Amino acid sequence: MQCDEPPCVDVCPVSATWKREDGIVVIDYKACIGCRYCMTACPYEHRMFDYGEKYSEGLPRLAEYDNRPSFEYGKIWERPDKHSSPVGNVRKCTFCAHRLDQGLLPQCVTTCIGGANYFGDLNDPDAVITKIVNKLNVFRLKEEMGTQPKVFYLT
Amino acid sequence: MKKIFYVLWAVAFILGSVGVAQRLMYGHELAAYGNRVVWGLWVAMYIYFIGLSAGAFLLSSLVYVFKIELFEKVGKLALITALVTLICALLSIWLDLGHMWRAYEVITRPNLPHSMMAWMIWLYSAYLLLLVFETLLAFRIESGKYVGEQLASYQKKLQLLASIGIPLAIAFHGGVGALFGVIASNPMWHSALTPIFFLVGAVASGSALFTMIFAFFWENKESEYYKSMLQVLAKIVLVAVLFDLLLEWAELSIALWMGTPEHTSGFREMLFGNYWFVFWLFHLLLGVAVPVFILLTKKDPIKIGIASLLVVFTFIGVRLNIVIPGLVAEKVHGQAMAYIHPRLAYHYFPSLMEWLVGLFIVAFGIGLFYLGNKYFKLTKEHNTLNA
Repeated sequence: MQCDEPPCVDVCPVSATWKREDGIVVIDYKACIGCRYCMTACPYEHRMFDYGEKYSEGLPRLAEYDNRPSFEYGKIWERPDKHSSPVGNVRKCTFCAHRLDQGLLPQCVTTCIGGANYFGDLNDPDAVITKIVNKLNVFRLKEEMGTQPKVFYLT
Repeated sequence: MKKIFYVLWAVAFILGSVGVAQRLMYGHELAAYGNRVVWGLWVAMYIYFIGLSAGAFLLSSLVYVFKIELFEKVGKLALITALVTLICALLSIWLDLGHMWRAYEVITRPNLPHSMMAWMIWLYSAYLLLLVFETLLAFRIESGKYVGEQLASYQKKLQLLASIGIPLAIAFHGGVGALFGVIASNPMWHSALTPIFFLVGAVASGSALFTMIFAFFWENKESEYYKSMLQVLAKIVLVAVLFDLLLEWAELSIALWMGTPEHTSGFREMLFGNYWFVFWLFHLLLGVAVPVFILLTKKDPIKIGIASLLVVFTFIGVRLNIVIPGLVAEKVHGQAMAYIHPRLAYHYFPSLMEWLVGLFIVAFGIGLFYLGNKYFKLTKEHNTLNA
């Protein structure tokens, strides 16, 4: 949710998660000890623990996509066994920070065939996103928690 | 009779080792917790054992701080009980980590002052060190090898350590409770009562453990000391269990009287969900009603021991009821039906691997205590501070 007041950041015992300057809440896979305390703190249950499973595990043949790495934080993350990071770590949506850093949009925004997602820089007063979120038909989940998430829903 | 226990213990230890091997080989893949119920049996065992440790330690302070003569002979027994249960607690939580070999990071890069977990770990690390030194000093003093000024110096150090230990034990175990208490997104945990509940639970379960060990394993069961000690211990356990019950009544009655659905879903899950029997039968009946009845009406040492045994064994149910029901509740309405996947289920029962690891930890603790008692003769009636 990339909250402005993220409850998950304060609870981490090893300072493995923090909010970047651009507002994205990130996790250091090399620091995270996998205690999952941050997962109990998130009011949206939007943090996931990597149990080391693959989608096509147990099927006659492992699918090709299960062997592809992921690229969060600009690094290459294979999952060769049950122990190497990010297995055993908590993971979360990063608004595809690694794509943003290359001038691309998050994957979900690029992929959506209905064009239902908008993404942009809220600090830019001329951006489309800034004009959209300041309308009346916009809400956020669990406003009462004071988390100030950066995911807005248009009704 | 003894042989049966040895065999049972060996079977438990071997089976448990299988679980530990699976945990070390396959990580958390064989565990039943997921991305909704993220904490399970091992976290419950951790808070269970660390409560036992804090409780036993606070009992030891009756000897080393308040110098109550009646407790003199069992000071070392209390300290070793505190040490062994602490080791079991640390083993439980260590195996629960996603990257157990990075556990040292809480010391090298702690998120202080924000993270309650970091506070708790620093405080119980200090407690561990204090406990080790206090135990070494207690053994040194009661060995009889030191006299005069040297002895007095050791006694002074011991009293100082033990005195610091009381607020430290309250701080670290209160911190364990606060770790749960500060989580605003979990209404069942988010209460000022939570840390107090942990502390009172520690005294209740820790004193019950100590009473159970004393009742069954003290060697001289004919002595007046044995009988009078158990009457005192029985009262301590009784008061602690009743106070614990009072706090539970406060927590449940206040929450459920007119509570909002979000606030009460965890409690309702505990009372009326799939595992209702853990609260009503395991805890209230076997862990409170029966022991309280025995402790109020019976004077027989073995019956007091049985009452204490019931409290100790059923207290894991109390700890499980803290960890699990609060997590078995969707935080955003609709999430329970949005995805159908084992890791996204709002349901939890420990897997076989989890039970086996739990069995290993219990067997390990019993084995460690047995060896300690055999070597140090803690249950023999000869230890006094003035020996």
